[in-house]
Amino acid sequence: MEFMQWNGFVDGNWKTGINVRNFIQTNYKAYAGNADFLEGATEKTNSLMAKLSELQKQEREKGGVLDIDVTTVSSLCNYKPGYLDKENELIVGLQTDAPLKRGVNPFGGIRMARDACSAYGYKLSDKIEEYFTYRTTHNDGVFRAYTPEMKAARHCALLTGLPDAYGRGRIIGDYRRVALYGIDYLIEQKQLDKLKIGQGLMDNESIKLTEELFEQISFLNKLKEMAAMYGFDISQPANTAQEAMQWTYFAYLATNKEQNGAAMSLGRVSTFFDIYIERDMKNGILDEKGAQELFDQFVIKLRMARHLRTPEYNELFGGDPMWITESVGGMGENNKTLVTKSSFRMLNTLYTLGSSPEPNLTVLWSKRLPDGFKKFCAKVSCDTDSIQYENDDLMRPRFGDDYAIACCVSAMKIGKQMQFFGARANLAKLLLLAINGGTDNVFGTKVGPQMEPMQDEYLDYTKVMERFKLYQTWLCNLYVNTMNVIHYMHDKYAYEKTQMALHDTRVERLMAFGVAGLSVITDSLSAIKYAKVKPIRNEEGLIVDFETEGDFPKYGNDDDRVDEIAQSLMHDFHDELKKTPAYRNAIHTLSVLTITSNVVYGKKTGATPDGRKKGEPFAPGANPMHNRETNGALASLNSVSKLSYSSCMDGISNTFSITPDSLGKSEEERVDNLVDIIDGYFLNAAHHININVMNRETLIKAYENPEAYPNLTIRVSGYAVNFCKLSREQQKEVIMRTFHESM
Amino acid sequence: MTGYVSSIQSLGAVDGPGVRCVVFMQGCPLRCKCCHNPETWEFEKGVQYTPEELFSKIHRYKNYFGKEGGVTVSGGEPLMQPQFVKELFELCRQAGISTCLDTSGCVLSNSVKELLKVCDIVLLDYKMTNDEDYKSFSGMEKSRVDEFLSYLQSINKRTWLRQVIVPGINDNTENAQKLLSVKEKHPCVEKIEPLPFHNTCITKYEQLGLSFPLKDTPNADKNDVKNLFEKAEKIF
Repeated sequence: MEFMQWNGFVDGNWKTGINVRNFIQTNYKAYAGNADFLEGATEKTNSLMAKLSELQKQEREKGGVLDIDVTTVSSLCNYKPGYLDKENELIVGLQTDAPLKRGVNPFGGIRMARDACSAYGYKLSDKIEEYFTYRTTHNDGVFRAYTPEMKAARHCALLTGLPDAYGRGRIIGDYRRVALYGIDYLIEQKQLDKLKIGQGLMDNESIKLTEELFEQISFLNKLKEMAAMYGFDISQPANTAQEAMQWTYFAYLATNKEQNGAAMSLGRVSTFFDIYIERDMKNGILDEKGAQELFDQFVIKLRMARHLRTPEYNELFGGDPMWITESVGGMGENNKTLVTKSSFRMLNTLYTLGSSPEPNLTVLWSKRLPDGFKKFCAKVSCDTDSIQYENDDLMRPRFGDDYAIACCVSAMKIGKQMQFFGARANLAKLLLLAINGGTDNVFGTKVGPQMEPMQDEYLDYTKVMERFKLYQTWLCNLYVNTMNVIHYMHDKYAYEKTQMALHDTRVERLMAFGVAGLSVITDSLSAIKYAKVKPIRNEEGLIVDFETEGDFPKYGNDDDRVDEIAQSLMHDFHDELKKTPAYRNAIHTLSVLTITSNVVYGKKTGATPDGRKKGEPFAPGANPMHNRETNGALASLNSVSKLSYSSCMDGISNTFSITPDSLGKSEEERVDNLVDIIDGYFLNAAHHININVMNRETLIKAYENPEAYPNLTIRVSGYAVNFCKLSREQQKEVIMRTFHESM
Repeated sequence: MTGYVSSIQSLGAVDGPGVRCVVFMQGCPLRCKCCHNPETWEFEKGVQYTPEELFSKIHRYKNYFGKEGGVTVSGGEPLMQPQFVKELFELCRQAGISTCLDTSGCVLSNSVKELLKVCDIVLLDYKMTNDEDYKSFSGMEKSRVDEFLSYLQSINKRTWLRQVIVPGINDNTENAQKLLSVKEKHPCVEKIEPLPFHNTCITKYEQLGLSFPLKDTPNADKNDVKNLFEKAEKIF
């Protein structure tokens, strides 16, 4: 196969079938230099950015939502084309007909759409309400099949944040395919796949897949139509860098019009775009200023993506995040770096456009990344607190060199693997439930095996572990079954047609389970093992508090006695999950990640033996509990790095905050030291780190006077947020966290 | 053989080059007015370690040390336990971990000289630039630190001179110039590191029931201190 749009590219397998990785490998130009070549923003970009900033200001003033179209159901071709400033836009396309105006997407659940509208003073139109009385949503389907036990575990927040009322997200379409091949070729390939399946046994799975392929093809056609509304014909491959970005963006945009998934990640586009930029430069039609301008304009579009959420949703996922995660850097399987000049250009948008939580820029770090790139990343962290790092040396052997991160920490092979997002189980609560024999001591819910609360005057470690394991076995089975229900119904009623059209037809599926409260349960078990823990009972005999006498080792101090507890908790939980088969033969994976939900999980959990009071927040993700780290930052990093990635392949999130003065005396020192810290942490086989280089005082000032800090960006569990968009409680919790500083 | 350790700070990025693990030894004969670590004064307190035990703790951080970093032994006064620190440094060096000593230079015994053989870099606290102030500020004769520095020069040891800059006491051009001239006379000195005084240690004093001699002294401004030395350098 040959297209004239491919002139100048090196041949490879990518010409005989869909293979973006092969295209990259045969055509990209690695860059080992420093950041000196980078250019600033153009006037066009600045003027667009000024318009966007003004709209963002209005959005903030209106309580977080600028406008809602309550009469249109969001889909690819349902809105007229919209623009921010048509004259100056190099990349076009909006989710609705006006910038920052949100659409409604009731396919996940009509109630969520209705409540979200009313939370911001709007009313979902009668037309949509009526239409959805005749249509089953994902949410309807799930609740038809939920068992009483599933509902009880959900009610008392033992299983929480379940994607049963909105799009599950976490799926990354290979949006690059549209740019490289054009829509027509993609449709042709899907039609061939569909024919082939029809020639085999038509069993449950084949029929299901055939119907899905029908939908995929139909939505590829819609995607082409949507682009045509903006005046572009994307049936053929992209011819220039600008077109490659535009085609890719259209595909991503279509996805956001179709789905309101919690995390709508982008994939790994920078080095892919670089190939087109290099070709345009060679052809004399693009210079560095122009290349940066294209990246800036592409990123401006990403920064405008929005979904309509309810206030309850914001409690779990604070700051209106989209998780437009873009994975940058990394190494090839052949040991050649995948860093290109465009890896720099992508990060440079944090300077040209100012710091921002979106896109969620994620550096795939390897010990062997070029020094110039490492230093630039560290500088960007020191200056903007807007990027996160994940261990490429740990993921590449498992996912190859064309994987990307979905959401915060979830790796998958682009276009070859998809994920069933599985929210999380509250481990601290599970411990309390076990000690209390199946009664939740906050909600009074009876769930799980029923027995007497533990009667001992002091808790005995062996007995507690015995009980805990019993309840863990029960919960893991329930958890997998609950996920199976949710994802069966999501496939049935809210299938991701556009995203799955940009995957291979036969995909590998991962089912991503998660835990919250790891540091709380770890320290609690350590207290029971190494100190004396006396349970306090209420009139009904339920254990509601603890008196802990004596000291005990605490997670976060590089103390193996307690860190081993955390390690084996994760290992055991994963083992238990695997015992129940997952829907569509998915592989069970596990994450230690909380987003901002550590606050609300804490609120719903009773006092714990580690000394945490009832209702107090958990630490986020895999972080040690606030201010229990007494041996400094590296000890804390070492504790986290002991959690094994092989039992937590969906990611282990750690948020690290350090004051600038503790990191070094000059900018140069800070950059060098930060590079060494990241290198060391990942050499220890750790998985993920968010880095904030800032003073607590800045956050306190922003808490007291939010208007003065509209763009203050900080990394929290697996993503970045505008500090000012967090709830007051979430802000307070962030301020309370450990800031490493030297005295 | 055991040593008395006050505490271990796993990440020290401002005590010597690169990322360093900092060990605070217990016990100090000096009582400097600006001391930030009053909990390290008393001898034979803290936690006892063998050199091997302490080494294995430090070794856990080796991956973070990069090209420049390593261990810094501070205090307290590390020279008061020279044999222990020497054995620790030997183990570190064998493992490829760079060794750094943060000291007042108050002792120059034979065992201290042995220790210096296995030390890669010395952070020498040169507290004041005139005899009288030195004595009243620290309780020690300035001649001792000068003797120590001469010795470092004689063995050509990589040295950084450090001084806490306290407002109203030594935040003047004359002092800065004197410090520069000390550096000039000792080519082993790579650089001067002025450390702006800050009073965050007050709470530590309160917890120990001690009064902090500089409790009413304002914090030194980082930029003022930087400007002071830049100005002094120009005149110098």
